Amino acid sequence: MHQLTIAELVKGLRNKDFSSVEVTQHYLDRIARLDKVYNSYITTTPALALAQASAADKRLAAGNTPALCGVPIAHKDIFCTMGVRTSCASKMLDNFIAPYNATIVENYLDSGVVMLGKTNMDEFAMGSSNETSYYGPVKNPWATDCVPGGSSGGSAAAVAAHLAPAATASDTGGSIRQPAAHCGLTGIKPTYGRVSRWGMIAFASSLDQAGILSRTAEDAAILLNDMASYDTKDSTSVERDVPNYTATLNDSLKGLRIGVPKEYFGEGLNPETAAHVEAAIKVYESLGATIHSISLPHTNLSVPAYYVIAPAECSANLSRLDGVRYGHRCENPKDLNDLYMRSRSEGFGDEVKRRILVGAYALSAGYYDAYYSKAQKVRRLIKQDFVDAFQSVDVILGPTSPSPAFQFGSKSKDPVAMYLEDIYTIATNLAGLPGLSIPCGFVENKPVGLQLIGNFFAEAQLLNAAHQFQQATNFHQQTAPGIE
Amino acid sequence: MAVDRSDIAKLAVLARIAISDDAADEVANRISTVLALVDQLQAVNTDGVLPMAHPLDAVQRLRADVVTEPNQRELFQSIAPAVQDGLYLVPQVIE
Repeated sequence: MHQLTIAELVKGLRNKDFSSVEVTQHYLDRIARLDKVYNSYITTTPALALAQASAADKRLAAGNTPALCGVPIAHKDIFCTMGVRTSCASKMLDNFIAPYNATIVENYLDSGVVMLGKTNMDEFAMGSSNETSYYGPVKNPWATDCVPGGSSGGSAAAVAAHLAPAATASDTGGSIRQPAAHCGLTGIKPTYGRVSRWGMIAFASSLDQAGILSRTAEDAAILLNDMASYDTKDSTSVERDVPNYTATLNDSLKGLRIGVPKEYFGEGLNPETAAHVEAAIKVYESLGATIHSISLPHTNLSVPAYYVIAPAECSANLSRLDGVRYGHRCENPKDLNDLYMRSRSEGFGDEVKRRILVGAYALSAGYYDAYYSKAQKVRRLIKQDFVDAFQSVDVILGPTSPSPAFQFGSKSKDPVAMYLEDIYTIATNLAGLPGLSIPCGFVENKPVGLQLIGNFFAEAQLLNAAHQFQQATNFHQQTAPGIE
Repeated sequence: MAVDRSDIAKLAVLARIAISDDAADEVANRISTVLALVDQLQAVNTDGVLPMAHPLDAVQRLRADVVTEPNQRELFQSIAPAVQDGLYLVPQVIE
């Protein structure tokens, strides 16, 4: 049953081949038996899941239900879930029981989706390896001595190990697409503003966007249909109709103009990864697309701009965590300042502290213009590169990550080496564009990700291009060795 | 730009994060590495470029000035570390 895609689960539930309670129980059993190896969940919610599944079965029996009714998924532990611990993988929020649901959680509840639990991640989504979690690292099902990617490493490992048919995730600089690449999955980060951020614990508010990790592009399309919405509670949500993302999956790619940026194939790219991306380009040509060499000249500035903007926004967002209203509070504070200082120092891990300090520096008197304002100007130049490129192409294609999943500890001593992991994904967040990663090969038996970047609100086109690739290839159907 | 122990001490106060004396040099080194990376921005000509805060250059929405949220004080304070009579408790501030 755990081999089934979301599309197959939807069909099976409707045909009464199995009930939601049966599917949910099957996944809960697998998690209990197998997740000791991967550590992909922080919290499982078996009683809640079975109650939701039972309610979904009643709705299914009554008929006329939303497509996803009765389908179980996992939520990244960055999304507030009412009555359930929402930790963001931090000691700071280890005791935080969310008093409300994130909008995307609410959207899925309305559809009758069942929540299996909350997945592990880098602390406050700050990391590219899932090594910064307070609850310990997540192991990559393809190679358990390697990282699953981050920050949505738990969501990716859970789906790759068939401990959830799909999972929600979030992406601030590559946190959906890079774990998708490293775990052999489909991962989509929609356009900034397409999916509500309300109830998604904020890291860098102008970059954060929620999305999906799934096995196929078709599954991502089905799930995005219900995740995306206009939300008045999120002031950056965009008022725009949500198309039916599954309606255009089978459109022909004949005449699709694909741009290949030369900057994404330079120094630092693993040659075998590059060869698989080149082979994927040939697949697209055979499907009728035309390939065009393009340039995104400010690409090399995206990592530096990001590591000003993201820490600056994180230092502002995380200032709310002060030990007064919720979250960790130190023992016996001697005065108010001591309460703030010790609660925060005890509650945050090293990488989070480092980013808060960098952000405080970039925003401090005398440095604001040189750092924050400068980075925001460079950000516009980076966006303009894409605006210019989309004058002549429909989709941009390249690698998702410079190389396959790396071993634990190999980059954690050098923050800059870790930051360069996201060199091909960060520009998309800075520009606000949608991006997607799909598997396109293997290097050393580890998956390689192919990235597709679309114009604003072109999610349907990206999913169409990804689905057509998956009709012509079988990389997405491979399962990690040892997964029953 | 590199930072040293005294810069870290100032930042620690601004960010309300205590950095122990033992850790100060290492934190300064690590942050200096990040600042060396972001210093690449200084070489870029951005004359006449407007700072970009929102990818779609959206502006803040306005809504009618009516009450939309119910009072949920008890629910929200149920997860607080210390409350009394509907108020959050902190160490004494005023003598």
